Amino acid sequence: MEDNFQILGTYLTIRLPAEVDHHNSEELKRKADRLLMENNIHCIIFDFGRTNFMDSSGIGMIMGRYKNMRFMGGAVVAVRVNERMRRILTMSGIYKMMDIYEGLPEQSNLI
Amino acid sequence: MNTENEMKLEFDSRSCNEGFARVSVAAFLTQLNPTLEEVADVKTALSEAVTNAIIHGYEGKVEKITITCRIFDQTIEIEVKDHGVGIEDIRRAMEPLFTTKQDCERAGMGFSFMEAFMDTLEVVSSPGKGTSVKMTKKILHTDNRYER
Repeated sequence: MEDNFQILGTYLTIRLPAEVDHHNSEELKRKADRLLMENNIHCIIFDFGRTNFMDSSGIGMIMGRYKNMRFMGGAVVAVRVNERMRRILTMSGIYKMMDIYEGLPEQSNLI
Repeated sequence: MNTENEMKLEFDSRSCNEGFARVSVAAFLTQLNPTLEEVADVKTALSEAVTNAIIHGYEGKVEKITITCRIFDQTIEIEVKDHGVGIEDIRRAMEPLFTTKQDCERAGMGFSFMEAFMDTLEVVSSPGKGTSVKMTKKILHTDNRYER
């Protein structure tokens, strides 16, 4: 799981697993929050590259991290989002809080 | 295909069983020849119902969750049942963004997702009497969609 978290500068990239449900969201929350405490992070990048399933527990996990980031004046971004994941993110309204990219955005050299 | 078919699953309310429940129901669903999107819809709705039973119904205690799936008229009917604490105000619980577990970072979207991804949704519950969530989805005939 550790390999799925990468810090470059003030960017934290989280490579999400194939399925983001209640079970693995809890683990992701714990790991992400520990890294946020120990490092000076201004942006969290959620990489959906290999994710094909997410339910509302995943939305809750992202929203929670978004709140942490906002509190510190940072941002949250989603990259490599497929059609299904975009639908879930749109339905939940969370797309208003974050930039969503189908591929990798310009700052991809940081991922 | 118009035959009826039924299956029943019973498992512990542990979060590691969420994936197992999704895969099992998806496997049962394949006999209706669903599209990938229909499979994803059913998996998401089911995941919401099972997660609700684990987090809210049993509040983390390990008890039994039962899933009954029935197939008829090209439709899948799924019932997810727990014997947990039950729901006091079902209408309120079904409102988008409403959650009783704010501190656990719950999105409050569970029932909204079930409604959005399934055709019908029926919730029967009362405090102390457990919860039953019954939902159906018609799997449309899309013969040869991937064979052309």
